[in-house]
Amino acid sequence: MATGAIRNMTGGESLGALALAVFGVACLIIAGLTDHGGYAFHMVVFALASVLAFRAIIVRRYHGDGPQPQEINGKPNYNFGPVKFATAAAMFWGVAGFLVGLVIALQLAFPVLNLDLPWTSFGRLRPLHTSAVIFAFGGNVLLATSFYVVQRTCHARLAGDLSPWFVVLGYNLFIVVAGTGYLLGITQGKEYAEPEWYADLFLTVVWVVYLLVFLATIWKRKEPHIYVANWFYLGFIVTIAVLHLGNNMTIPVSITSPKSYIVWSGVQDAMFQWWYGHNAVGFFLTAGFLAIMYYFIPKRAERPVYSYRLSIIHFWALIFLYIWAGPHHLHYTALPDWAQTLGMTFSIMLWMPSWGGMINGLMTLSGAWDKLRTDPVLRMMVVSVAFYGMSTFEGPLMSVKAVNSLSHYTDWTIGHVHSGALGWVGYVSFGAIYCLVPWLWKKERLYSNRLVEWHFWISTMGIVLYISAMWVSGIMQGLMWRAYTALGYLEYSFIETVAAMHPYYVIRAIGGGLFLLGALIMVYNLIMTVRAAPNAVEKSLAPAAGLQPAE
Amino acid sequence: MSDITSGKAPKPSLWSKHKIFETNSIILIIGILVVISIGGLVEIAPLFYLKSTIEKVEGMRPYTPLELAGRAIYVREGCYNCHSQMIRPMRDEVERYGHYSLAAESMYDKPFQWGSKRTGPDLARVGGKYSDAWQLQHLNAPRSIVPQSIMPGYPFLAQTDLAANDIATEMKVQSVTGVPYTKEMMEAALDDLRAQTDPDHPKAAEFAKRYPKANARDFDGNPQRITEADALIAYLQVLGTLVDFKTYDNKANLR
Repeated sequence: MATGAIRNMTGGESLGALALAVFGVACLIIAGLTDHGGYAFHMVVFALASVLAFRAIIVRRYHGDGPQPQEINGKPNYNFGPVKFATAAAMFWGVAGFLVGLVIALQLAFPVLNLDLPWTSFGRLRPLHTSAVIFAFGGNVLLATSFYVVQRTCHARLAGDLSPWFVVLGYNLFIVVAGTGYLLGITQGKEYAEPEWYADLFLTVVWVVYLLVFLATIWKRKEPHIYVANWFYLGFIVTIAVLHLGNNMTIPVSITSPKSYIVWSGVQDAMFQWWYGHNAVGFFLTAGFLAIMYYFIPKRAERPVYSYRLSIIHFWALIFLYIWAGPHHLHYTALPDWAQTLGMTFSIMLWMPSWGGMINGLMTLSGAWDKLRTDPVLRMMVVSVAFYGMSTFEGPLMSVKAVNSLSHYTDWTIGHVHSGALGWVGYVSFGAIYCLVPWLWKKERLYSNRLVEWHFWISTMGIVLYISAMWVSGIMQGLMWRAYTALGYLEYSFIETVAAMHPYYVIRAIGGGLFLLGALIMVYNLIMTVRAAPNAVEKSLAPAAGLQPAE
Repeated sequence: MSDITSGKAPKPSLWSKHKIFETNSIILIIGILVVISIGGLVEIAPLFYLKSTIEKVEGMRPYTPLELAGRAIYVREGCYNCHSQMIRPMRDEVERYGHYSLAAESMYDKPFQWGSKRTGPDLARVGGKYSDAWQLQHLNAPRSIVPQSIMPGYPFLAQTDLAANDIATEMKVQSVTGVPYTKEMMEAALDDLRAQTDPDHPKAAEFAKRYPKANARDFDGNPQRITEADALIAYLQVLGTLVDFKTYDNKANLR
């Protein structure tokens, strides 16, 4: 029977298994050749993952589970396995990322916590925190929701048989390699693009397959129109690919070395970096999550999107303007003035489509505002859109050169990022996951709405403590740096401005701790939903009631 | 959403033209690619030929092998997360840190390390500001020198031998993308690395010729070994020292 099962393997299965075998062996050879311990470890991880994936393909075939039918009884046979995995991974990485964030916040308040060890110092843990929350938590939320939304809005099963699994598992493998790499000191030294060349190459392959799976599902759609959320997902996937390639143009030192050097240098590298860096915000943390807003808020509120025309303007204006905004990270540096001014101008213009999108999201609730009283999940998503409005006002403000001369290099930037990351990205993700888990596991409702209320209020307190502490410390430090005495001397030494930060760093850590606590409550609530909430009746699979196709 | 208030047949609205993007995923993707390319092209492409961003300034040279190895440690430990290397031309910054940074001063930096946050002070001109002994002690135990400091300690650097076997290959890779390392520099890389930590090294004179005005001494107070602290301190001590601002003509750099 086993040989018969092997003989019945599809072309995709055979090709996949062959590719895995070749890749695994190549990784083992490199692991044997290199004298860099961390790199050898990563090659073994890749090899091990190939073996496990290879085994999974064979075992699945042995059990006779080939590709699933596209439809059952005339209804699309949705593929929710990869969505479930990415949802669970998002919560896992979210808690891990928030925890590391809390640790490094405490390190800034109490430096003894760095322990004077290589693996636990702030410089290595900070990239671990940023990557864990942006790419691991945020990335898995985007994978889960995009794979869910594209199936539901196209009324078609996710394209591909093994490839959706390759995307979610491969992406999480990339996260593991990137994260352990930082701890071992393997980094490119470019903010938010720290993974080295081999991890970047692997991610490129995963990302191309992601784009193909997403596109091919759209091609199978039953609706003539592509739903607005999918425009935003496509914009996010395509642009992140372009940014990733542009900012990671590196030449490896050798195949046996984890190190590489970027082909750009100095000022050109700086411009590439912030073209990438700001649009990681614009496309990863904004366009992708706006797609979530455009699906989950109408769905949850059972109202159509407020304005179709506004969503068209929102989409094109947002992606056109965002790309220009990078140089506002380089005000008053050696980047030419004209580029800085362009960056500032476009950042200010960006305020308009951002608020247009916010209005489109908020006004979708017209006629359903009463639900905010009774549905804490919807409230979380609406508050996230409000935070989006706040941070997309603060961003243009900080991009003004005069303001930036004070705010740059200070905690104000950190506070701004977190009002967007905790308030907007965090809350809209939590809202989406609170919706998704009962839908995916076919439950009638969440285990407890009261726990969602607790999560909401505890983490809101955390966010408020966090961002107000950073406003005070950032503006205060900026003012202290430029303070002069009556005699014309600088008033404060640098270290005096560092010492003045201590109380605010403690408050910030408390805020971060509350946010983590909220996330832990959420994890408990979700686990109990899967285990103990009552099962849903069939109606949850009926076509979306409130959701209209664009137009 | 057509116009139904007038009696006439509704004119096809401009909005209906958007249908082509909504019904054809490939056209949608092409539209996205066109729209996102414009800003990047306008802002990035000129930087490769504008004089102010590619000019050479007297005194700039590539890093010595030891400095390059030290820079790799700076990157590895994520120093850029807390220290900038970019002095802005404001009065307080120039008085606190020195002359504002020039584009040319990071022309051989792969990657650039301008940073985005000053949890600690700017390091663009930290070279020569403190003694080697101060730097070593500060790396080992920051609060033994600056009691209010919140910097992590790096005592392991002075305990770890520098692994620099790949240094010639690394210089080769850098030279492919524009850093002017000569064949001679690459062949002598390991000798130069040793000569920089030992003024009595037989190749010390050749090293000094290849890298004019480079600091050559034992940086970590332990002449028996070449440690990671040697390399990192050599890197820190060269930062911002290559351009001589007594002779620098800032009018030539007008932009």
